[in-house]
Amino acid sequence: MTQIDYSAFDIPGRSRGILDVFRYRYLLRLLIGKSTSLRYRNSVLGWFWSYVRPTVQFLVYYLVVGQILQLHKQVPFFPLYLFSGLVLVNLFNETLADATRSIVANKALVRKIYMPRELFPLAAIVGAFTHFLPQLAVLLFVSLLFGWLPSLLSVGLVLAGILLVVAFVVGLGLFFSAVNVRFRDASNVVEIIRTVATWSVPILYTWSMVYERATEFPWLFHLYMSNPLAVAVELFHHAFWGSIPGVLAEDPAPANLGWPPEFGWYVAASLGVIVFALVIGQFVFRRAERTFAQDL
Amino acid sequence: MPTTQPQPRIVVEHVSKWFNKRSTRSMKDAFINIIRRRAVRATQFQALDDVSFTIGEGESVAVMGLNGSGKSTTLKLVSGVLEPDEGRVFTRGKVAGLIEVGAGFHPDLTGRENVFLNAAILGMSEKETRARFDEIVAFSEIGDFIDQEVKHYSSGMFMRLAFSVAIHVELDVLLVDEVLAVGDAPFRAKCNAKLKELAAQGVTMMVVSHSKGQVKQLCTRGIVIRKGRVVFDGPIAEALEVLETQ
Repeated sequence: MTQIDYSAFDIPGRSRGILDVFRYRYLLRLLIGKSTSLRYRNSVLGWFWSYVRPTVQFLVYYLVVGQILQLHKQVPFFPLYLFSGLVLVNLFNETLADATRSIVANKALVRKIYMPRELFPLAAIVGAFTHFLPQLAVLLFVSLLFGWLPSLLSVGLVLAGILLVVAFVVGLGLFFSAVNVRFRDASNVVEIIRTVATWSVPILYTWSMVYERATEFPWLFHLYMSNPLAVAVELFHHAFWGSIPGVLAEDPAPANLGWPPEFGWYVAASLGVIVFALVIGQFVFRRAERTFAQDL
Repeated sequence: MPTTQPQPRIVVEHVSKWFNKRSTRSMKDAFINIIRRRAVRATQFQALDDVSFTIGEGESVAVMGLNGSGKSTTLKLVSGVLEPDEGRVFTRGKVAGLIEVGAGFHPDLTGRENVFLNAAILGMSEKETRARFDEIVAFSEIGDFIDQEVKHYSSGMFMRLAFSVAIHVELDVLLVDEVLAVGDAPFRAKCNAKLKELAAQGVTMMVVSHSKGQVKQLCTRGIVIRKGRVVFDGPIAEALEVLETQ
């Protein structure tokens, strides 16, 4: 009997989790290319839809919240305020939905060929991210029309905001894509999260309104602002909307909102939430991954 | 002097695998079962029971058995798609499978895009794929259709291209599962010739097949599995006899 030197062997089906993605970046690139090139296959207007949907959404909110509910009286440049937050919420919603579906959508592959399964949610997230870029371009353009001047600080805030959202979605996406394999209910839970997400961050109102209502329950406001998405939206607000001095009709003083009090702590808290989501997401994913092939 | 001896390519040690016969399909079901104190992870049945074997470098081994005997499960454990519940599986070198060829193909992509995507799925780099692209297309006999969307292919063309990609992957261990019912007789002959050529080059093969003729041509050793247990492991001719007497 030959003495077996196990060090030369691999254990099939074991991956190093999300870090393996770097080793498989060529495959990741192809998977992303596949999802982006297939997204609007057989549609006449194609990528145009990536602009139409957010535009319609923006117009609806603008008319209802800005004009009918008169928020534009309290928020100068309300369209810019709304749009700079909305693009980020859209990014969150799209990436989370695609990530959740990713494992089940790639059923045929997961069942038959082994590769690090983290690739699927990640490819879905990056694929959905490409649809955020046109929206960001529109936002930049609109901001310039409002007299916005790009600065190093605003670029930094934008990048930080995007990073927070994407990192948060990676954690959530790993978790929900794995749970979705056994319990398709997960996609319904995600549907609810997406609906709530739009209203849980200050885009259709301002953080100061929440602050005023929550004076008796400060922890409520702490909780509200510890949401990574809320922090990211505030970063975006300050990068675009906040850097243009806005004046309201009745008051000559600049009416732009400053940072929420103790914003540094909220940034720290949201980073904590993200790390927690990533750790739990990866842990659950790895546990569930073992039975993906037999559960699909 | 154990280290001078050639190391095996595949080691399967005391592997057992259970499958759940699930009674829960949703959170609601799971919740109800918890309340009623019924098992959430319902009954199990054993697909593999203490399976052990070693496949050496350059060996061609057929895994045989009736439907449901656990041979495909064995293959999936070696490929890493499934994990053993007990025991261990080791592989050395690059393992790729002709497991249900075409799993990674997308009907809306062109033949060319699919070749690159599937080569990457099977572990090839961009450079390797480019270097072998012409060879892959030539072997598949697809010709000008390579830039058509795969959904416009006939099923034969589809399988030929898929098989061609899989067989041109640079690898040390090839796992073959029931794929050679592919295409017409001339193409099957071509595939068998290609597999033999690979075996002659020292590629280790693990074949799951019902086709006695093919197994006899390709493999020198047979492992017979019956109800999740290895009942025979030895020369292919004897293995086929054991299979007949089941």
